[in-house]
Amino acid sequence: MRNAWTLTKVRMRLALRNRAFIFFSLIFPLIFLFLMIGLLARRNVVAVPYALASVLAITVMGSFWGLSIQLVTFREQGILRRFRVAPVGPGAMLASSILSNYILTLPTVAIEFELARRIFHMSQWGNLGGVFLLITLGIITFASLGLIIASVTNSTQETQVINQILWSAFLFLSGATLPLPMLPVWLQHFALFLPATYLVTGLERVMVGRVGVTQVGAEIVALIVSAGMAFFLSQQLFRWEPEAKVGPRAKALAAAAIVPFLLLGLWETAHGNLRSAARTDFLSIERAAPAERVTPLLPAR
Amino acid sequence: MSAPIIEVHNLTKSYGAVQALRGVSFDVEEGEVFGLLGPNGAGKTSTVEILEGLRPADGGIVSVCGLDPQTPGATFKQEIGAVLQATALPDKIRVGEAISMFASFYKRRRDPAALLKRFGLEEKRSTFYSHLSGGQKQRLALAMSLVNEPRVLFLDEPTAGLDPQVRREIYTIIEELKKERKTILLTTHYIEEAEKLCDHVAIVDKGRVIAQGTPRELKQRSAGTTRIEMRLARPESDAALKQLEGVADCHASDGVYVVHSTRVPQTIVSLVKYLEANGNELSSLDIAAPSLEDVFLELTGRSLRD
Repeated sequence: MRNAWTLTKVRMRLALRNRAFIFFSLIFPLIFLFLMIGLLARRNVVAVPYALASVLAITVMGSFWGLSIQLVTFREQGILRRFRVAPVGPGAMLASSILSNYILTLPTVAIEFELARRIFHMSQWGNLGGVFLLITLGIITFASLGLIIASVTNSTQETQVINQILWSAFLFLSGATLPLPMLPVWLQHFALFLPATYLVTGLERVMVGRVGVTQVGAEIVALIVSAGMAFFLSQQLFRWEPEAKVGPRAKALAAAAIVPFLLLGLWETAHGNLRSAARTDFLSIERAAPAERVTPLLPAR
Repeated sequence: MSAPIIEVHNLTKSYGAVQALRGVSFDVEEGEVFGLLGPNGAGKTSTVEILEGLRPADGGIVSVCGLDPQTPGATFKQEIGAVLQATALPDKIRVGEAISMFASFYKRRRDPAALLKRFGLEEKRSTFYSHLSGGQKQRLALAMSLVNEPRVLFLDEPTAGLDPQVRREIYTIIEELKKERKTILLTTHYIEEAEKLCDHVAIVDKGRVIAQGTPRELKQRSAGTTRIEMRLARPESDAALKQLEGVADCHASDGVYVVHSTRVPQTIVSLVKYLEANGNELSSLDIAAPSLEDVFLELTGRSLRD
């Protein structure tokens, strides 16, 4: 535990000295904030929390990108080897990655809230406890996913390709950029198999619908299962050495990472109300849209 | 007499079809500097990485401080210090942060500030790792390897790629550690390093220990021969020089002929006669006592640098 905390402090210092980290963790989400509010909440103050929920989700999901690249780079450069000859285990290495990322993401979240309030006149905060819980679980889930990716890829380039594919899916198919109800129905069903969808809809519901934590139980359980499974797998798959081969067991475990998402997607398809809840939240901001907008954004059901 | 602090018996290791270690055996006593000397690819790094717990062995028995290096948990790592063949740290970590961070991982630890002072890095305390020179990085690696007061210190090619001045600085540090009776296992392909620093040397080639002993003992193996190094005005064949009186062996490298002779005066006389007869002449000639290089040459028929 002490090792994890020491590493967390060092990782935070390293991150704050890295210009790319500052850009992608602070500037990039703020660009999204202005873009999303411009697109979804222009002259519609009621829609600001909806747009902010998307931006918060994008901020949280960004964890998987930075951490996977950092871990692969450390492994490629032989930095992990030096830690390996010290009494430091994979658990401390991974926990410190997630914890430092969590601590460094919270100020960005706070800035996003503050800008939404001051510049875009957001008057209601939603259920802040629920927001905090979803953000916490989201960071653990997406950071752990990044660490799994880092464990099964062999180079920075390979990691970037896989990250790009996953990032695009998370960004465009989860409701983070295009609201879920605006997607074709078959894509909405596909989105139920993505962890990102549970984060986005969970945040929308606690911020727009102002529902309690119990009412986003499905989303929270989905993220807890995903976070636990992803962290466990990232520990099992951790590789210190660049030349260490990804064995059949590791490949099987990496493939197993998608099992909880498959189960969640199947359960949500059969019993869940995530799609209808997303539609309700979206309609509530549509109704509050200014009168001059003549074409509804949402297609007929 | 106490048990050796490092025991290696019949160690084997393969990487796919390549057999890197073919039954390596040696013991290291507490307080000695033990050198694994051999050319690149001889199996030195594989051996030391197995001893550090970085790689599992395929076969054989290995013990360091009475522990199996593959022992799970932190117990084994608390006992050792290591300078890897290539130590790397994040570019943006400061020297002081790096050594304090590593110190915090251990139960038994030395004062990081005192170590930085000892290794001449006191003024570099706030410098980013990426801004250090090669020698400074290596000194930091050495300082970090001592941060837990290790019982055994592994130094894998600690001076490889460093310029001669920095290499001498590292030698001074290792000599100081030797005076403190620190147990050190050192790998190197520099003859000078092994002769100067090691109490015992194991010569490794193609995954096997082909000779071991003190540097003096090993050189005595060549005691029957004397090394004659010469340059000639025109090239001669090794085979022709081997025919000269008293010559046990002859190799040429970069225009330098190294002849091992059992009867030096006779060899020189016959050499001069031979060169005169063939219209050739000597450009330079040196006579020296045999080195570990000569031992390696005798045992393998190759130079360490081949």
